[in-house]
Amino acid sequence: MSAVRDSATPSKLTSRVILVVVAVVFAVPILSMVEFTLRAGIDGGHDLGHWAAILDPENSRKYRVLFQGIGNSVVLAAVTVLIVVVLLLPTMILVKLRFPKLQRVLEFVCIIPITVPAIVLVVGLAPVYSVVARLLGSAPWTLAFAYGITVLPYAYRAIAANLQSVDVGTLAEAARTLGAGWGTVLVRVLLPNLRRGVLTASVISVAVVLGEYTIASLLGRNTLQTSLVQVSKSDPFVAVAFALLALAFAFVLLFIIGRVGSIRRIRETP
Amino acid sequence: MTTIDQSAPAATPGDGRPAGAAVRFDRVVKDYGSGARALDGVSLDLAPGEFVALLGPSGCGKTTALRSLAGLEDITSGSVLIDGVDVVSVPTNKRDLGMVFQSYSLFPHLTVLENVEFGLRMRKVPAAERRTRAAESLDLVGLGHLAARYAHQLSGGQQQRVALARALVTRPRVLLLDEPLSALDAKVRVQLRDEIRRIQSELRITTLFVTHDQEEALAVADRVAVMRAGVIEQIGTPEELYSRPSSPFVAEFIGLSNRIPGVLVPGGVEVLGQVLPVIGEQPGDGAVVALVRPEDVVFTDATEPAVGSAAVVLTSSFLGPVRRTTVELPDGTLVAVQHGATERLEAGESVRIRFAGRPVPVHAAP
Amino acid sequence: MTTSATRRSEAGSAHAGPAVSLPPTDASDASAEPAAARPRRRPRWALLGLTPFALYALLFLAVPTFLALATGFFDGDGAFTLDNLTALTEPAVLGAFASSFWVSAVTAVAGAVVGALVCYALLAVRPDGLIRTFVDAASSVLAQFGGVMLAFAFIATIGIQGLVTVFLKDRLGLDLFADGVWLYQVPGLLLPYLYFQVPLMVITFMPAMEGLKRTWSEANATLGGTRFTYWIRIAMPILAPSFLGSLLLLFANAFSSYATAAALISQGAQIVPLQIRGALISETVLGRENLAGSLAIGMIVVMVVMMTAYSALQARTERWQR
Repeated sequence: MSAVRDSATPSKLTSRVILVVVAVVFAVPILSMVEFTLRAGIDGGHDLGHWAAILDPENSRKYRVLFQGIGNSVVLAAVTVLIVVVLLLPTMILVKLRFPKLQRVLEFVCIIPITVPAIVLVVGLAPVYSVVARLLGSAPWTLAFAYGITVLPYAYRAIAANLQSVDVGTLAEAARTLGAGWGTVLVRVLLPNLRRGVLTASVISVAVVLGEYTIASLLGRNTLQTSLVQVSKSDPFVAVAFALLALAFAFVLLFIIGRVGSIRRIRETP
Repeated sequence: MTTIDQSAPAATPGDGRPAGAAVRFDRVVKDYGSGARALDGVSLDLAPGEFVALLGPSGCGKTTALRSLAGLEDITSGSVLIDGVDVVSVPTNKRDLGMVFQSYSLFPHLTVLENVEFGLRMRKVPAAERRTRAAESLDLVGLGHLAARYAHQLSGGQQQRVALARALVTRPRVLLLDEPLSALDAKVRVQLRDEIRRIQSELRITTLFVTHDQEEALAVADRVAVMRAGVIEQIGTPEELYSRPSSPFVAEFIGLSNRIPGVLVPGGVEVLGQVLPVIGEQPGDGAVVALVRPEDVVFTDATEPAVGSAAVVLTSSFLGPVRRTTVELPDGTLVAVQHGATERLEAGESVRIRFAGRPVPVHAAP
Repeated sequence: MTTSATRRSEAGSAHAGPAVSLPPTDASDASAEPAAARPRRRPRWALLGLTPFALYALLFLAVPTFLALATGFFDGDGAFTLDNLTALTEPAVLGAFASSFWVSAVTAVAGAVVGALVCYALLAVRPDGLIRTFVDAASSVLAQFGGVMLAFAFIATIGIQGLVTVFLKDRLGLDLFADGVWLYQVPGLLLPYLYFQVPLMVITFMPAMEGLKRTWSEANATLGGTRFTYWIRIAMPILAPSFLGSLLLLFANAFSSYATAAALISQGAQIVPLQIRGALISETVLGRENLAGSLAIGMIVVMVVMMTAYSALQARTERWQR
């Protein structure tokens, strides 16, 4: 083909070997989970019995806590994404446009949640949540406030990467000189250009919320993860099956978005 | 596998012998997989110690040609020879070249001095000698005082100078420069290109210089090869290329040209009542377009009404040493005239132009 | 999430900026008017726009953190005391810190090395291709792989009835648990932790790998270097700060991890997060409430040190790969 392979890139063979070995090793636990869900009786056969049990309406009562947990997690994910888009995003844009000196501060605030692990945060969240419970009740969705904080580092980086490549300052000024009000600037000029960052941030937030266990467990709420633990005590097969489904869902979502992004980039390159 | 004898003492500057090698491209072809051709039979000879510029628009293959000489690109057919030896099987690191890249190629984790020493380190030169030669090389580019700095602490121009020192310290037989000035500010560009030329003349290293800036190429090179779509359209000295461009492409790529409709007649081309000799090929008969340099157009008075044309001034720009005035002919053609800076003309003024009489290239009217 | 473009700027480093550096416009503006006379334009309206977020961060980040740390200084009756802090020096707690450090260090190093290898292998793969998208998606998912599901996966793999355990026993006669079932103790955390450490490394380190400029390897070649000299003298030194930074991040990640340990080790407090669980769930721990607070302080100190070192290394990387 074209260029001589330069010394920085490994040979195709080396690359393939490394990737295949790692892929196989990482596939083993997943395959074990699949095999586990397919186990049929003590004699050691395999069938789809456990998967069928999920769909059996007879069992819906048994698994109610699981379905409730899933439902709660979905709502939580939605509210968390809402917090990211309605609270974090405008703040980031505002800081970029009007308070560039505060950018470091905002970055610092958004990176702190990495330093304060969930297990530590939860120690201080309990009293805060007792207040929240008095004001807004103790419905599961209120947990989203805490989740919004947990996803801050990831959402911030995803949006910041996009903000860096789009010159929001110039775009906003151009729109203003053409007569647009701030609302128009935000919704019709800036947001369409920040789609990629917002989408990435949202998807990461969904992944984090679906996988979160610590805060939900120690604050006593029912989410996907806590319900999985609970169900696993009585029916580990279904618990594992749902874990696989959650994984597959997140993976497919990320894969599709990744492909769409790649295809658009391939088309855009001259 | 052919090896280059790197232990042979390089010629020292000033002893009358060129230090560089002879380079030859012999009908080099490079195909991309998809059927496109980056190089379509490029043949070029560089004499030892000569400074040749490869000039052309983006995508013409000039960088590909340079990189195939360096060994950073494979070629499909033809051969590249250094001092008569085909180097196709010689890997880049054994070709004994020096190369300066377009964008900053300095190793960021090494000091300036360590960067310059790198090539010597690869040749297992002992430490003390390494340091001395590297310091000398840095002095050659005037940056001895920055030896302890790191790349990110230097300006773009300084970084390219260090890159040059690094490339030259091993006394290579051939120096390759891949658009080294394109990323720099205008003023720095001019300064640095003169310095490159000065150093190259002193050391007499065979040099291949790639650029898309025609002014740059004409200013520094002994000879310039203009490339388009993988072929060399014309090779010659800067003067030859400027005053006797062999094709309309070269005429328009180098310097400014006016396109003036005319008719082929015995003896040349008739434009605006004047017959001018024709350079290069005459495309058949009939209507053609002549390419006339602005400095070959002069203002005249009406003493010879059959020659030249009346015109109206549109704009006049002061360029420092000269003025360039654009005039419009009755048929709508725009002509740029280059003249003395003291001659001031106003928009709307009526003037008369004619040609100085130098030969011009022509091409068929579209 | 690791689409190619976001990845390039993801870690804050290695984005291809413009080659020409223009002089900052601020300089000329600032010299135009004396600092004292510069008017403040409409700040009040815009400041208001920052309050929702500020309030939110205050309520759900600052206050809980402060409370978590503060409870370490008070006892059950509300009196100020340093007893909780001295409790940190007890053997059980120190042992938990030691175990936490050990697990974090081992999985950080192993995860960093394997992850770096995967990044290296990915250099030969087309950035817009299927393999790359697959690896990106898989890494993002597995890095977030909740502790619960992870525990299931490993119980299914190397648990007592696990696929691999059974396979090794039946086919190869190897009994994994001949010396006791270690999966449900601290050593059992190593493999599951690696399962999310390696993907995290891939996500964090890939931008640095991709930031290795082609011109450097070409310059190395034209100067007479080989592949070996390129990697030893150029690429590895340049990658070192980023590698170390990612390693620290992995350490911090493992250190603060709770869910996996909680799911695998249902009883006991062998590592610090489990200690906090114990302190929170049981009414009294050794007769001292608020031990969770001091444990939190201990954890935060470790994390702050890690993250400061990480930022410093990131800054160095950014400077070099501009």
